[in-house]
Amino acid sequence: MKKFNKNPLLLFISSIKGPILSKKDRKLLKDPLDDNNPITVQVLGICSALAITVQLKPAVVMTISVIFVMACSNVIISVLRNLIPNRIRIIVFLVVISSLVALVDQFLKAYAYDVSKELSIFIGLIVTNCIVMGRLEAFALGNGVWKSFLDGVGNAFGYGIILIAVAFFRELLGSGNLWGIQVIPDFVYDFGYENNGLMLLSPMALITVGIIIWIQRSRNRTLIEDN
Amino acid sequence: MDRDSNFYTFLFATVMVLAVASVLAFTSQSLKDLQRENVRKEKMQNILSTVGINVSREESEELYRKYIVEELALKIDGSVNESINPFSDIELAKEIKKDYSKQHFPLYVAEIENEKYYIIELRGVGLWDAIWGYMSLKNDLNTIKGVSFDHKGETAGLGAEITKDWFKDSFVDEKVFDLDGNLAGITVLKGNNDPDNNDKNDHEVDAISGSTITGDGVTDMIKERLNNYLAYFDNLSVNNNLNKNEKI
Repeated sequence: MKKFNKNPLLLFISSIKGPILSKKDRKLLKDPLDDNNPITVQVLGICSALAITVQLKPAVVMTISVIFVMACSNVIISVLRNLIPNRIRIIVFLVVISSLVALVDQFLKAYAYDVSKELSIFIGLIVTNCIVMGRLEAFALGNGVWKSFLDGVGNAFGYGIILIAVAFFRELLGSGNLWGIQVIPDFVYDFGYENNGLMLLSPMALITVGIIIWIQRSRNRTLIEDN
Repeated sequence: MDRDSNFYTFLFATVMVLAVASVLAFTSQSLKDLQRENVRKEKMQNILSTVGINVSREESEELYRKYIVEELALKIDGSVNESINPFSDIELAKEIKKDYSKQHFPLYVAEIENEKYYIIELRGVGLWDAIWGYMSLKNDLNTIKGVSFDHKGETAGLGAEITKDWFKDSFVDEKVFDLDGNLAGITVLKGNNDPDNNDKNDHEVDAISGSTITGDGVTDMIKERLNNYLAYFDNLSVNNNLNKNEKI
């Protein structure tokens, strides 16, 4: 436990103390960031991690949208958890997630048209994000509203951190930009530096995620399986 | 009530579907006007951007009224159908699916500082979904003044780059007809020996690495769409020449 307490982000989150967040609540927010990260440990949501990490901007907007959708769907399912018939629960999850996504899409088109254009298909892709479905099934169906909310935010955040990290390296090495702005100065190119076009293609997203998993496991030994 | 009974399951599903459907329908209906307005203004913005007028979406309507002097709905034989408003009545995506003889093609004529520009609408397919845009020709009906492209779902960083200025700028001053007057279009080509695009008469622009299919879509869309305007352009240039001769 000592080791990953050094992580500044975790320190920041564990420093949030107060009556609202009990120790267990904090664990709900904190775990998905490292010990139980949806992408690197649960290996969920890989598909969208490939699709939208070519540039930093869509990755960040996707993160924000996923936080919203996950928090809301977790809360809704948690409220309804004693009413949902067991046999059609997956269908109920799908309906809730896709209506939330459709709502976000409609509002963006009306009030934030430029953002909605920027995201285009990515908003729809949230429906296919297995993390949302996974958390509903694994957590919200059996836990209270406040806990489910924290779990949703925590997992979406853990997903977003990886997304943003991957997008950072892919945009930087692939097109020499960050947030659409050129950051590698022209004289570097004059010396013969070239953008690595491979970084823009999907396989490099997997390899980058792989490297992140490698780093995370060498840092946090508790994640390594016994065999 | 037993949560696993068939009756309860059906009841729950019915109530849920009705509730969700009404929420979505209500939202969609109440936001429709705002959304339409955004799309309409964006269309004006895109049309204006091909003739070098870059405005925000809010200002686009005013400037559109100022600079666009004619809106024509053309038929394939070059005649003008006066009964159709090309801006609001023609939806090119649907139009293309109709029988050739029943299709209408919008042509917008802009007049800026006494120069006339002819703007045609483009529509085609990229890698994932539809791509579309506008292209304006100078008064010679051959030289490109500017283009604007948009897409539904091309890959960010790859195919989606067609909307970027550096790509659109490479079309400026290219010619769409060859020296014999035949339609050549503009080919988006990899390794065309002219990556800096200095040769404006080669009917080629440099492609984007990793988005060959989107680039091919742009190539096809320009040639296909231009093809439908040939009859009208012929009439127009005959008239223009007559006018010139009269003056002489």
